[in-house]
Amino acid sequence: MKARIFFLISILVVGGLLWSGLQAVHPFGLPNGTPMDDYFIANAQGEAAANNVVTSIVFDYRGFDTLGEGAVLFTAVISVAALFRKRGHN
Amino acid sequence: MNPLSVVARTVCNLFAWFLAIFGIYVIVHGHLTPGGGFQGGAVVATFMAFLLVAHGGEKMQSWVRKDLFTLMECFGLTLFISAGLLGMSKTFFFNFLAKAGGVFGGVLPIGPNAGALNTSGTIALMNLSVGIEVVGGLSMILLYMFSAAHPQEPMGREESGHDR
Amino acid sequence: MIGNFPYLVVGILFVMGFIGLVFERNLVKIAIAMSVIEAATNLFIITLGYRTGGSIPVWTMAGGGSSRMVLPTPQALTLTAIVIGLATTALMLSFIMMIYRHYGSLDVRDIRRLRG
Repeated sequence: MKARIFFLISILVVGGLLWSGLQAVHPFGLPNGTPMDDYFIANAQGEAAANNVVTSIVFDYRGFDTLGEGAVLFTAVISVAALFRKRGHN
Repeated sequence: MNPLSVVARTVCNLFAWFLAIFGIYVIVHGHLTPGGGFQGGAVVATFMAFLLVAHGGEKMQSWVRKDLFTLMECFGLTLFISAGLLGMSKTFFFNFLAKAGGVFGGVLPIGPNAGALNTSGTIALMNLSVGIEVVGGLSMILLYMFSAAHPQEPMGREESGHDR
Repeated sequence: MIGNFPYLVVGILFVMGFIGLVFERNLVKIAIAMSVIEAATNLFIITLGYRTGGSIPVWTMAGGGSSRMVLPTPQALTLTAIVIGLATTALMLSFIMMIYRHYGSLDVRDIRRLRG
């Protein structure tokens, strides 16, 4: 019984916090600060010479984040390989 | 792990290659259509998972080696970093091959157009390198977790170099 | 309020994932709930960048939709977030395999004491 009350109170608290947090977001379909994205859409073909604006952002305008992502993927693969080694590797 | 029935294996033999070709298409056309390195690499890793599930663990370990995927992953990451360092005369990750002529240096007209493959400089090079890295990495995760879940399969090839 | 329906869906998904993360006993179900929370976060980031009546930010064969395009930056950030979620899930499942080998059960209440 105590577990049920704790369950309901925690759901209400988390739901209430999410609800009040989501009120501060702009209405769906009308974003606020778009000068940077308008610049990307208008100039991606001229500067990066690519039709796909999302790829030109990922690899050209913000290529440093993609380097970090490659490092995260590499670290995950190395960790899985190191976790499943057999005995006798000394 | 046991292989599946004859029907599943036949369907795998027929249709797995479409997955591989579609994955390579998504990787190579990353600068023209939606897609790119990460998405296409995930599709090609699905091809590896398809072969593993349909044919069983023993046949899969007789076809591929783990060293090949390690090599692919390291080669992909090294190519990515060197493609960023080569434009170091201005900044790190400068797109020095765009609109410069040569293999990847074509010019696109402004506005909606049909797109050409030899454009966009280092973006196409980075797409290929990240695609190779993701294929190697995801296949390695798959093979390592499979060999840990079924430890009685004989894996002779990777233990052959340890004589300590 | 009906116009902001995607945000409501994000909130419901997040609460469902949170319930699974805190109140479940099986380790695999906890990993699945964490994956649901990551999906809710990625959906929230993408729906922040929508413009009414816009099309995808690609200039190939754009045609009539090239006058109004959705914002491309949230999509680029979501790509990175999805790959990081994959790395987290792969490591979580590997640790669950090792815990099962060592303790013999997947129940959270049995794994409480640190044993050698």
